[in-house]
Amino acid sequence: MSAAVQMQTTRQPVLEMRHISKTFGAIRALQDVSLSVHAGELHALMGENGAGKSTLMKVLSGAYRPDPGGEILIDGAPAATGDPIKARAAGIAVIYQELSLAPNLTVAQNIFLGNEPRRFGVVDRDQCNRRAAEIVDRLGVAFSARALVSSLSLGERQLVEIARALSTNARIIVMDEPTTSLTSRETDRLFEVIATLKAQGIAIIYISHRMEEVYQLADRVSVLRDSGYVGTLERADLNASRLVSMMVGRDLSAFYKKDHRPPDEKRAVALSVRGMSDAHLLKNCSFDLHHGEVLALAGLVGSGRTELARLIFGADKRSAGTMELDGKAVTIGSPREALDAGIAYLTEDRKELGLFLDMSISDNISMGVLARDARAGGFRDFTAADRRAAKAIADLSIRTGSAQANAGSLSGGNQQKVLLARLLETEPKVVILDEPTRGVDVGAKSEIYRLIDNLANKGIAILMISSELPEVIGVADRVLVMRDGAIAGEVTASEGKPLRQEAIMELATGASQR
Amino acid sequence: MTDRTTGTKSVDQAAVRSRRLRTALAALGMLPVLVLLAAGFQFINPRFLTGTNLLIVTQQSSINIVLAAGMTFVILTGGIDLSVGSILAASAMVAVLVSLVPDWGLLGVPAAILVGLGFGLINGLLVAYIRLPPFIVTLGSLTAVRGVARLLGQDTTVFNSDLPFDFIGNGSVLGIPWLVIIALSVVVLSWLVLKRTVLGTWIYAVGGNAEAARLTGIKVPLVLLFVYGVSGLLAGLGGAMSAARLYAANGLQLGQSYELDAIAAVILGGTSFVGGVGSIWGTLIGGLIIAVLSNGLILAGVSDIWQYIIKGLVIIVAVALDRYRLQAGART
Repeated sequence: MSAAVQMQTTRQPVLEMRHISKTFGAIRALQDVSLSVHAGELHALMGENGAGKSTLMKVLSGAYRPDPGGEILIDGAPAATGDPIKARAAGIAVIYQELSLAPNLTVAQNIFLGNEPRRFGVVDRDQCNRRAAEIVDRLGVAFSARALVSSLSLGERQLVEIARALSTNARIIVMDEPTTSLTSRETDRLFEVIATLKAQGIAIIYISHRMEEVYQLADRVSVLRDSGYVGTLERADLNASRLVSMMVGRDLSAFYKKDHRPPDEKRAVALSVRGMSDAHLLKNCSFDLHHGEVLALAGLVGSGRTELARLIFGADKRSAGTMELDGKAVTIGSPREALDAGIAYLTEDRKELGLFLDMSISDNISMGVLARDARAGGFRDFTAADRRAAKAIADLSIRTGSAQANAGSLSGGNQQKVLLARLLETEPKVVILDEPTRGVDVGAKSEIYRLIDNLANKGIAILMISSELPEVIGVADRVLVMRDGAIAGEVTASEGKPLRQEAIMELATGASQR
Repeated sequence: MTDRTTGTKSVDQAAVRSRRLRTALAALGMLPVLVLLAAGFQFINPRFLTGTNLLIVTQQSSINIVLAAGMTFVILTGGIDLSVGSILAASAMVAVLVSLVPDWGLLGVPAAILVGLGFGLINGLLVAYIRLPPFIVTLGSLTAVRGVARLLGQDTTVFNSDLPFDFIGNGSVLGIPWLVIIALSVVVLSWLVLKRTVLGTWIYAVGGNAEAARLTGIKVPLVLLFVYGVSGLLAGLGGAMSAARLYAANGLQLGQSYELDAIAAVILGGTSFVGGVGSIWGTLIGGLIIAVLSNGLILAGVSDIWQYIIKGLVIIVAVALDRYRLQAGART
């Protein structure tokens, strides 16, 4: 790889973006950003959500036309801007965070969607399947090219997206947080694929919030902040504190916060779950959650963490199991009953299951308590809604021009804060957070950790699902690990011995049994 | 710090102002089309923009606007109600039949409304609790309720030349026909419910993201039951209005394909077909556009056949223009 890096310095970059600015009305989304990428290089792009990374990539893919003065050079020659079809023809492929697959088609059909191999004017199914199989093999994944996408896990679908980019012979591949929903095994495979792609001279622009990945993969790292370009670090100069301070413009010494005390044995049990099972996956899950405790639910993707959370919240039907809330038996058959009992749930999929994107931030925040706020005759109390919104925007520092703006106009981190605000308005006793920092930038992450810590200090019981082990270690007092729909074990910190990542991974993968 | 606060504030005010402007523009949406059409017809036939003719136009549009108001509720949740024409026919039959009862004839109006509400609630129960697709449920009731309407009069036309509530169909207050007053009241009441009540916000939420609404604790089935109930109730009101205008009702012919005009009015009004976005004022303008087209084309001497073709094309072109305008205005 070092040879490749040396070669790059002498060659001209395969892609150069020069002086790219983009304004929408009065809002400046990008200001004079330049970026160059060499063949065979992995160039990481970092920055908080809303820093302008996605806008820059949309300019690259042709979805947006840059303001006059900005230009894109491919192999040193000016390329057309603002034209997605020409951008694709020039070898640019973007893999977006939001999956854009047709679930009712096969993997092969999705890979060649809109680009099907033809024979005598009709789609050549055999060739389609054969070529898709080659690409899928190259990825080293477990599913077949003939499998229906709807039968694949979220992680596997991400790999189909990558396969689709490979099928168009892209020379510049943009990966926007590709590992967010991958298991560690799939992540390893992806990294192997990335190495292969680099060896073949493909340039990769890699957007990520995960520091370890960037360390592992990047040849260079560029940082954006507040719509502007901050700087680029060479691999040799990479340094966590420097990167973080470039991204947020401030020091993040206390990134994780764990000020609340781990519960001593006397602390009351808030939620007691016994024998939870469903018809598909969950088998006899039991645990206790204490007041003022952050209990992490760790495990691989597909181990049943979200399913268990939804069962507790009444979102899905359980086949067996009982619950006690503060020592009293409760039966919860719907989210409404859960909320009335004081259990709140933050979904892992904020766009599909959480937000009302076409409604205002204010409405989104108050949605769970509209009936409580209502005036006589069921009329809305807009003053109350505005008051709640103003308070939440201040407390959680939600970055928006107005509480009346649509939730869809916010960046990922701010959308997540809106959902957290909605959850807190219901004044819950037990809070279930499903991947609370997924797709959220560094600054918002630390704010969310602080919020979790504050809630625990107030005596609220918190069950946190997370796939990021450093987060689990940093935030939780105690860790339950799930495997194959059952609770595989518990990891606790004891005197002088902090929580260990290895212990969690052993339980999650079943390695400890071998 | 002070700088920052004032800066944020002015940005805030600007954002609120621009949002108000955008909301107003979105609500106006099709108003320019309505004005252009009216101006065009006036140019062709100067009788178009006379007081008498405008009264006729609004009167003709009133029943469709009442149906379209109910349809707006349903479409806002992402559903559809194909049965309103048939419900209108059955309700009109009931209105006339009850009006024939000596001394109790006035009860024809509430009877018609209750019958409409009943059919609407049946639609709602099937959609909300049995979870059948709205298109299929209301396609079924479109046919079944039409049968009920015919059954009610043994497949004949029922008359009452001495209808006790005929003022609804043919009377007016201070020169404004009752039909128009009723239609406008329905629009204003619908606006109140949709924009000023908790239930209204829930309706938008269910249409915008039904699963998120459920996880937020909104009782989605109740909201659905309500919107189909409203649609049925307003179709029942439409039946009473229709009976009052005609002094008669016929289970076979009355209200045929009224559901299509109602849907067209809603769509012309800019309400999203997948739900979550739209306004009742848009529906009002959409309903008026359809009425102006029908009336104007007749005044212009266009044949019946060509009226159909032109009306269809205008609907498609108007909505296409609207989509184009929204896309151009959209930022992300």
